[in-house]
Amino acid sequence: MTSLDRKLLRQLWKMRFQLLAIALVIASGTALLVMSLTTIEALEETTAAYYERTRFADVFAHAKRVPEYRKREIGEIAGVRLVETRIDERAILNVAGYLEPVVARVISLPDNGPQLLNALVIRSGRLVDPTRGHEVVVSEPFAEAHRLKPGDSIEAILRGRKRTLEIVGTALSPEFVYAIAPGGLMPDDARFGILWMGRDALSAAFDLKASFNSVAVSLLPGADVSDTVRRLDNILAPYGGIGAYGREDQTSNWFLESEIAQQKNLSRVMPAIFLAVAAFLTNLVMARLVDTERREIGLLKALGYTNWTVGWHYFKLVLAIGTTGVVIGSLAGAWFGHWNTELYTKFYRFPFLLYRPGPVAFIVSATISLTAALAGSLTASYRAVRLPPAEAMRPPSPPSYRRLFTTRFAFSGPDEPTRMILRRITRWPGRALLTSFGLAMSAAVTIMALQWVDAIDTLAETVFERGQHQDATIAFDELHPLKAVRDFENLPGVLSVEPHRYLSARISRGHLTERQGIIGVPESAILSPVFDVSRGRLQIPAGGLVVSRKLAELLRIQIGDTVVVQLLEGHRASFSVRVVQLFETYIGKPAYMEMGALNRLAGDGRVASGLHIRMDAADRSGLLARLKGIPGIASIQFRQAAIDTFFDTMGETIFIFIGFFIAFSMTLSVGVAYNSIRIAISERAQEFATLRILGFTRWEISYILLGEVGLLTWLAIPLGAAIGLALAWWMTSAFETELYRVPLVLQNSTYGKAALIMLASVLVCAAVTRRRLDRLDLIAALKTRE
Amino acid sequence: MEIEDGAAALEARDLMKVYRMGAVEVSALRGVDVDFYKAELVVLLGPSGSGKSTLLNILGGLDTPTSGQVRFGNHPLSFGSERALNQYRRNHVGFVFQFYNLIASLTARENVALVTEIARDPMPPADALALVGLSDRLDHFPAQLSGGEQQRVAIARAIAKRPDLLLCDEPTGALDSKTGILVLEAILRINRELGTTTALITHNAVIAEIANRVLYFADGRIVETRCNATQRAPGELSW
Repeated sequence: MTSLDRKLLRQLWKMRFQLLAIALVIASGTALLVMSLTTIEALEETTAAYYERTRFADVFAHAKRVPEYRKREIGEIAGVRLVETRIDERAILNVAGYLEPVVARVISLPDNGPQLLNALVIRSGRLVDPTRGHEVVVSEPFAEAHRLKPGDSIEAILRGRKRTLEIVGTALSPEFVYAIAPGGLMPDDARFGILWMGRDALSAAFDLKASFNSVAVSLLPGADVSDTVRRLDNILAPYGGIGAYGREDQTSNWFLESEIAQQKNLSRVMPAIFLAVAAFLTNLVMARLVDTERREIGLLKALGYTNWTVGWHYFKLVLAIGTTGVVIGSLAGAWFGHWNTELYTKFYRFPFLLYRPGPVAFIVSATISLTAALAGSLTASYRAVRLPPAEAMRPPSPPSYRRLFTTRFAFSGPDEPTRMILRRITRWPGRALLTSFGLAMSAAVTIMALQWVDAIDTLAETVFERGQHQDATIAFDELHPLKAVRDFENLPGVLSVEPHRYLSARISRGHLTERQGIIGVPESAILSPVFDVSRGRLQIPAGGLVVSRKLAELLRIQIGDTVVVQLLEGHRASFSVRVVQLFETYIGKPAYMEMGALNRLAGDGRVASGLHIRMDAADRSGLLARLKGIPGIASIQFRQAAIDTFFDTMGETIFIFIGFFIAFSMTLSVGVAYNSIRIAISERAQEFATLRILGFTRWEISYILLGEVGLLTWLAIPLGAAIGLALAWWMTSAFETELYRVPLVLQNSTYGKAALIMLASVLVCAAVTRRRLDRLDLIAALKTRE
Repeated sequence: MEIEDGAAALEARDLMKVYRMGAVEVSALRGVDVDFYKAELVVLLGPSGSGKSTLLNILGGLDTPTSGQVRFGNHPLSFGSERALNQYRRNHVGFVFQFYNLIASLTARENVALVTEIARDPMPPADALALVGLSDRLDHFPAQLSGGEQQRVAIARAIAKRPDLLLCDEPTGALDSKTGILVLEAILRINRELGTTTALITHNAVIAEIANRVLYFADGRIVETRCNATQRAPGELSW
């Protein structure tokens, strides 16, 4: 080991805390990057492997009843590789010991031979025996939620007929990686399950002998999905087809893909923040180090060391900090990544998880992080290279403070110590600004993290509390005449009932088309009205379309435009309708019409496809028991359950992430504050010693030392609030999907919390470093030449 | 590059150095001609700002003259080339400074090794330290050494590469007379035993008595040159 390297090692040891603080900031950036990249990699790899092994279909379609012989025609569509027809229905389950009715999808398994597409992965037990009509395989998450296992039985209402089914196995399916009930937002494993039964038994139960109502198709490589969708629609249209769709629109896959897309978004911005601050910190520390070591640099050159040897020496120091950061960050990132991916598998159910991060994620992260750190030190290292040896041997001339206009104006009043603080800030405004900026970034990261709590509260409150007032929503399996609604009104425990009509549709304007159902609501809907997030309940005008802002954006429509609606159900009517109102909502991209008008345009009479119900809490259990037995109900959803799952799902994940981000943001503020104070001490030790000799107390010089960082911290609060707002805005827009808009809501208390967290970490640094002033060696400080 | 005894090891001709400080020009050297001979000990005397240090920095390749020439062993120093100056310093020149300029994070031995690692034909660091009488302080850090000891480490560091030139800028300036004498003895010993051409700057006229030749500086010029008929030993001096 050369003497220079030995010097380097001792330097590293001497500055270990300062350097560790920087290394931790780099580590945070690296960890976030590694976590995001490995999570993305794991999710993509797992999804791809799962889809491939289970032959997940490329195109899906549903219809009312299609004769089995049409299957052949589907198989003849150019590009189609495999076709699998099946029966896909809904049922209400009565699970022993569970009060509420459970909604289920019931899907047929082929009677002869294995599944060609969307193959089940059996998790326990076995597949059904096609000859035994009462056997059923249930989805694993549903089984877990109710502690069901092979051998148990459940009661199901299949098209109004009560059946007892025996569970022979539990399974996972690529179609239900993210399993949500029709109309639901989040997986609710207790209230939604999937059952797979023999085709024969199911076709008998739903009166679909020699017919199917669902088809899945896989395509040859290079086949055109949209062309297949169009041809499939043509074939199924006469049989009540409600529009085929490609894999990208398949609900479970759509959620999965948008989750991956959001991770990608996250992987771009967050690490950038940390690495920018890391670059600033290495710059700060290295610039100071080169200043302190001017004479050593000059000496090395006088001794015959070349410029590059000297530059490389300082570069190595940064390399050491960077490498420490990258190593810590990579280890933490791999661990976070594994944890993060596992967290996903709570909501996204895969039979296996491929978390085997390849070298690419680590190489990319390490390269980016090291580049940031080295870039930050570039100017300082270059200064060391440029310093002429004779110049370096002279002490630097004292910084020229000036009485600027501002200082004259502002500093007429304050005492000398305050004047010293202010003059230092105005002498090095760039450095002061960057310090403030670094601290502001830490507050901004906290604000951005805490914003999620505000946003989620607002979203839930707006959607579930202000926008909806029903206790339960019932969907019928067939249209019911409005008269039948009265029967529900008369059930004991029902306070009020409000019918609604839902129709699958394609809405288009010009060449733009969106698959979006239309909801028909009564003109004076109260339980579940059209609700604008800021204007509240909207009266629905008779005879026009009320469109959500997101849908309007996608179709580029404004009030007054006419759109073409192609209904995909019933008589499949097609009509033009004027857009009469736009409204903002956080969830989905719905379109509404007055129910009577919608029914007329659809060519149906006075009918409803479902009901909203308000119930009397006292009679709730009695009513629930009754509802389980009423035929014709396809699904029931409870508002309270939706709220609960929403908070359960979001809450857990969000709080862990907020915890992470607060820890990360604290490494930022500690990194910045600690280094700033330590540098100020080393730069001014002689000044402080002189002041002490002149009779200043420890607290007075502490004031001069910490006053500066204190002032910069105060400046960082409004700056951090502004950057935090911008970051939060960016996050909410980056996370905007067709399904969700996260509202940009920031409570005042959120700013307050972020400022307090930052202040706390700065205070801790101040308390730790201030003690060095007590140990100031007065005599030695005055003997030193510089 | 070998230089014979009695030959001029270093020649400076018409050296000028002008510093520009903002709008003001300061002439630090105003045409200096001087020769240094092999194994000679020359003392440079003069008040602050008279140009001694500037001359020494230029002779040592630390600084460049505004005009004029320096020849080392019949080769002109190419002040235009950073690389050539670096090679010159690395192979031929040893420096001793008033404030020692030791690296605080390296021990005495390591401070010397700093030079021996990059020199062409160095002596072992321990030998260099023995020459200045510090054999028992090899593994002490600068903070654990007295001022005189630190300066002797600096001398050991300067001579460990067996330089042709030893340039000392106020080597005793920060030391009391007793310690200063120890340091001068070390310098003289190197000068005699290794035959190193030595130039020594001082404010202290008494020290001039140990030299072969004394150059008096004032206002950027050499105003007087005096040869000592007899060199006194440092031990005989007092100030």
